[in-house]
Amino acid sequence: MNPVILYTILSLTAIGIVAAVVIYFVSKKFAVQEDDRIGKVEEVLPSTNCGGCGQPGCHAFAKAVVEAGDLSSLHCPVGGNAVMKQVAEILGIKAVERDPYIAVVRCSGSFEHRKKTNVYDGTESCKIAAALYSGDTGCAYGCLGMADCVEVCDFEAMYMDEKTGLPVVIEDKCTACNACVKECPKGILELWPKGKKNQRVYIACLNEEKGSTARKECSVACSGCSKCFEACRYDAITMENSLAHIDPEKCKLCMECVDTCDVHNIITANVTPEKIQAANEQRLKREERARKKKEEEKLAAEAAKQNTHETPPQA
Amino acid sequence: MKLHHKLKTFKLGGVHPDDQKISAGVAITPLPLPKVVTIPVAQHIGAPAKIIVQRGDMVKTGQIIATHEGFVSSNIHASASGRIGVIEEVMDSSGFKHTAISIRVKGDDWQENIDLTETLVEEIKLEPKEIVARIMEAGVVGMGGAAFPSHVKLSVPEGKHVDHLLINGVECEPYLTADHRLMLERPKEIIVGIKILMKALGVDKAIIGIEDNKQDAIELFQELLKTETGIAVEALEVHYPQGGEKQLIQALLNREVPSGGLPADVGAIVHNVGTTYAIYQAVQKNKPLIERVVTVTGKSVKQPSNFLVRIGTPVIDLLIAAGGVPEDTGKIVSGGPMMGKAIADLDVPVAKGTSGILLIPKDEASRAEVYNCLHCGKCIEACPMGLEPYHLLLMSKKGNSQRAKEEHILDCIECGSCSFVCPSNRPILDYIRLGKTQIRKQKKV
Repeated sequence: MNPVILYTILSLTAIGIVAAVVIYFVSKKFAVQEDDRIGKVEEVLPSTNCGGCGQPGCHAFAKAVVEAGDLSSLHCPVGGNAVMKQVAEILGIKAVERDPYIAVVRCSGSFEHRKKTNVYDGTESCKIAAALYSGDTGCAYGCLGMADCVEVCDFEAMYMDEKTGLPVVIEDKCTACNACVKECPKGILELWPKGKKNQRVYIACLNEEKGSTARKECSVACSGCSKCFEACRYDAITMENSLAHIDPEKCKLCMECVDTCDVHNIITANVTPEKIQAANEQRLKREERARKKKEEEKLAAEAAKQNTHETPPQA
Repeated sequence: MKLHHKLKTFKLGGVHPDDQKISAGVAITPLPLPKVVTIPVAQHIGAPAKIIVQRGDMVKTGQIIATHEGFVSSNIHASASGRIGVIEEVMDSSGFKHTAISIRVKGDDWQENIDLTETLVEEIKLEPKEIVARIMEAGVVGMGGAAFPSHVKLSVPEGKHVDHLLINGVECEPYLTADHRLMLERPKEIIVGIKILMKALGVDKAIIGIEDNKQDAIELFQELLKTETGIAVEALEVHYPQGGEKQLIQALLNREVPSGGLPADVGAIVHNVGTTYAIYQAVQKNKPLIERVVTVTGKSVKQPSNFLVRIGTPVIDLLIAAGGVPEDTGKIVSGGPMMGKAIADLDVPVAKGTSGILLIPKDEASRAEVYNCLHCGKCIEACPMGLEPYHLLLMSKKGNSQRAKEEHILDCIECGSCSFVCPSNRPILDYIRLGKTQIRKQKKV
């Protein structure tokens, strides 16, 4: 054999062996101990890296969960309770159940209800338009309709309805990752509890202006008439700046408020019309009873008053 | 006579749009009083003024109706006499709704202590501190467009030495001629205004910078200032955005304001000629800032004009006086074509910072199709602040405020030179503005 080839093979082999020994000791000495549970947790996570949990990605979430050893403040909205149960099993800790959420669109100002007052031909981006001015309709609170939310959705759970010009959330696909909520400059999208049997009720308006002004701008705007507020038996509805708001935590989904809105802007999901009708009838009956009771009380009070008049004051 | 030596200008970047000074030859005419004036309480940079009148009150012209809240704020005065009407949120030229006071105009009954005569008062009786107080009282703000309260500029922070007063007669925005006309028609008043400012600041040197496309104004001031010492006129090259404070300082004094710094850091204070005139009126005539010159112009406008308008007059009145809105109008812009903002409602009131109303024809108004960035570097070449606009666009688009801040996005003066030169028609300034608002929002949080 040519000695050049032989020497080359021998020297390279020697270098290789020396390097291998060095690497072996270095890797032992400076080994980074990562909890192997992190990898296991990461495997059951949905790997969408959407950031919906508040962590920069699924790996970071897995790390945070393992380090915390407690699931009370960490939750993967995409995987939901099923995934969190698996995570709890891996870590041998107690699973914390959370109600699933969904994004809702809190604006009903479609083309038909909200007339354009000017034409916007700038950059197709809600964020830029919102930084420039209050919008191309009279309403300064409503949807700008340039689909920033649709673009940012990683799950193809949103689309723009061409007829209304408003975004629509597809219930089965929405994972409540919060991306659209963060993106919307007008704050129209909001995470809402999915509700029992997927039933939800919310008011699709954010216009805080006085009723008369708001209605001029949009024919379905909340005028702050307080009818729904008065109808609610559970104090779930609050009135602020002539705008009604339903608190989903307090709402018992009785649906009694739905028909009180004169512009039908209390939006329900997965609720049959029969249930709404029944709820409405129940409310009317209750109000009737309350009215009668009030009248009786009034009569009784008047009678009592007359009685006191008739008895002359004692000297 | 054309000057042959090379004219001064700022060094970095800038563009040369067609100047289109259509209304330069039209004398300033006062506009009749409208039926109702609507006066926003937030017309200036800083805190909105605090309303001190109620619905139904009778006010006289020049009476104070809202007082400044804090130091960086400005007083607001009634621009016409009459009864206070509704006080509600009204769309103003910023494109957002802000609180405004409306006055149903009855006659024109001025407050007694205001001197309404045309006589020139040259003698400056007040002491520097009294001058600043009077300017603050009169609600004078920068009238070039930004509407920064003038008394704040005149209160030089301690430890800073100012040696030059610069008067901005540049009017580098195409189309606008309000400052030009004012310089031609009220030069003596402006010169007294400059002397007032010099006294207030304690400086002995002042330079009026005027761009070369206003030869008549340059010559007029040269003639009037022959006998004066300390005040000079400097003809400048026509170069946008020379009217920017930092650009003007560089052009006239060859000094560079440091990033995030103030003109006072390099020993200069800049005031616009319109502001100088308002200061003359405030100090010598006791007249608050309730009217201003507004140019109404555009290629198809029947009578391009320069109107003397009361603050709060609806824009529609100005348009009617200029011969109505031409049929081919695509956009109505408050301000000039470079930095102005399209207005969405013709009832928008004229504010202290409204320098012009520009009607752009349809074929010029719409935006061209946007293409990808070619990395040609034209925007970098054009940026008068030495920034990298294409890069700032990307940073803002991705919401990377931290990085954008490190790249000095807050130094952007929003002159629009980058968008103007971009061969791909990219909306660079739109995104930079967005980035700036994002950073400001984070600061608030």
